[in-house]
Amino acid sequence: MEHIKEEELIAYHDGDRTNRERVQQHLQSCAECRAALEKIEAVFAAMDSLPVPDPGENYGQRVWAAISPRLPEKQSPWWEAFFAPRRLVTVGAMAAVIVAAFILGRKTVEPPKGGDVTSEEQVRERVLVVAVGNHLNKSEMFLVELSHAQPNPASGKLVNISAEQHRAEDLLEENRLYRQTALKEGDQVMASTLDELERVLLDVANSPEQVTQARFDSMQKKLESRGILFKVRVVQQGLRDRTNPAKQPVQQNQQRNISRMNHKEGNLA
Amino acid sequence: MSQMTSSVESGLGPNLLPDAVAVERTLAGDRDAYRILVERHSHNVYRLAYRMAGNSHDAEEIVQEAFLRGYQKLKQFAGQANFGTWVYRIAANYAIDRLRQRKVEDSRREPPARESEEGHELDPLAQIKDSAPSPERVAGSSQLALRMQQALKELTPAERTAIVMRHWDGCGIEEIADVLKSSTTAAKNTVFRAVQKLRVALEPFAEGRQAARAMGVE
Repeated sequence: MEHIKEEELIAYHDGDRTNRERVQQHLQSCAECRAALEKIEAVFAAMDSLPVPDPGENYGQRVWAAISPRLPEKQSPWWEAFFAPRRLVTVGAMAAVIVAAFILGRKTVEPPKGGDVTSEEQVRERVLVVAVGNHLNKSEMFLVELSHAQPNPASGKLVNISAEQHRAEDLLEENRLYRQTALKEGDQVMASTLDELERVLLDVANSPEQVTQARFDSMQKKLESRGILFKVRVVQQGLRDRTNPAKQPVQQNQQRNISRMNHKEGNLA
Repeated sequence: MSQMTSSVESGLGPNLLPDAVAVERTLAGDRDAYRILVERHSHNVYRLAYRMAGNSHDAEEIVQEAFLRGYQKLKQFAGQANFGTWVYRIAANYAIDRLRQRKVEDSRREPPARESEEGHELDPLAQIKDSAPSPERVAGSSQLALRMQQALKELTPAERTAIVMRHWDGCGIEEIADVLKSSTTAAKNTVFRAVQKLRVALEPFAEGRQAARAMGVE
């Protein structure tokens, strides 16, 4: 008597209709195949009894809390996001920088010889370069202070990082807008650096106000291992060079430096 | 909840808003509509992620990444399936990529680390509970769990994905083939291979139980 193949028994267990009657008839008269089917059923029974831990009733809310700050805002009408009340302070500050940059640009840029007028494109880029440069300066200061912070031993075992959190929250709003702009402009190096910066800022902003010394140490180590401070400085240098045509080749090195660093990180990960 | 206002203004509470409407609203710029989808489908995606990853830390990362990717690709969704199925598939795709990456990383490490010593959670199969836990059976089921844990780890990422999707979530072979990026025949064979490997791993225990049953001990 030819026995039923294991594949067919598994398919039979799964409710497959192919050859179902033939398999059924065979099983009635073949103890060996019945035993084989029992072994397959034992595998599934063992799997069925496995528990999946309940993540809790509010799990969905926790997932939302974790992902919502990271959601890109491309699906919102741009003006709605821009004028949201909690952003007005940031937007105001950015507007001041942009206006200042614009006025400065008008006063300091000499009309090029040959009668060409500075194009709107160039003015726009200059404004963006100044505004992003300002944001990167603030971010650099934040990163330097965070990486060199010495927790106050008087405050006990916990480290209070509420001040850093507020600064991270403020920087986050700006960072998101500049990252989206960089993406739209196709500036991959800038977008990727701002993306990494955003992760660091999110990490700090979403931490509890008081963290353990171990967690604080781990935050500092993470900063160091990601090399984010170096990347921010490289991009800053690139921005400075962008406004200085004599240093254009230096600017091209920026992408290479960061790519090399990212590649190194990728190998380590 | 004030953040839900824009979705509630439609006249339907967040719990009643159909997925398709929530998707449309999200695409129209209502972020809170996506929140409804996340809260509604998180548990289901978590179950898949946990079974694929074998621990809750990785499972939570898979869930978050699946919903982030879902948001970014929502325009591609275009009502092709129901949202739950769609985000489940995104999670399965991401989980299999992670498993593959982990396998490559593990194969580079010598000697392989013993996870239990590093404080990681045990794989789901290591947590089998026996309905009548006599000391002998506890010992037996613990060994069974360890053996199964090992067997699950030895499955290829494709086999583990296939068995999770097929057995636990009742997915069709076409759906599995889609995630594995293979033909339906190949997907079917992958399921068979996974069951075979697990069956072989369980063999000594199944024989022991059959013998015990024959002797009237169990």
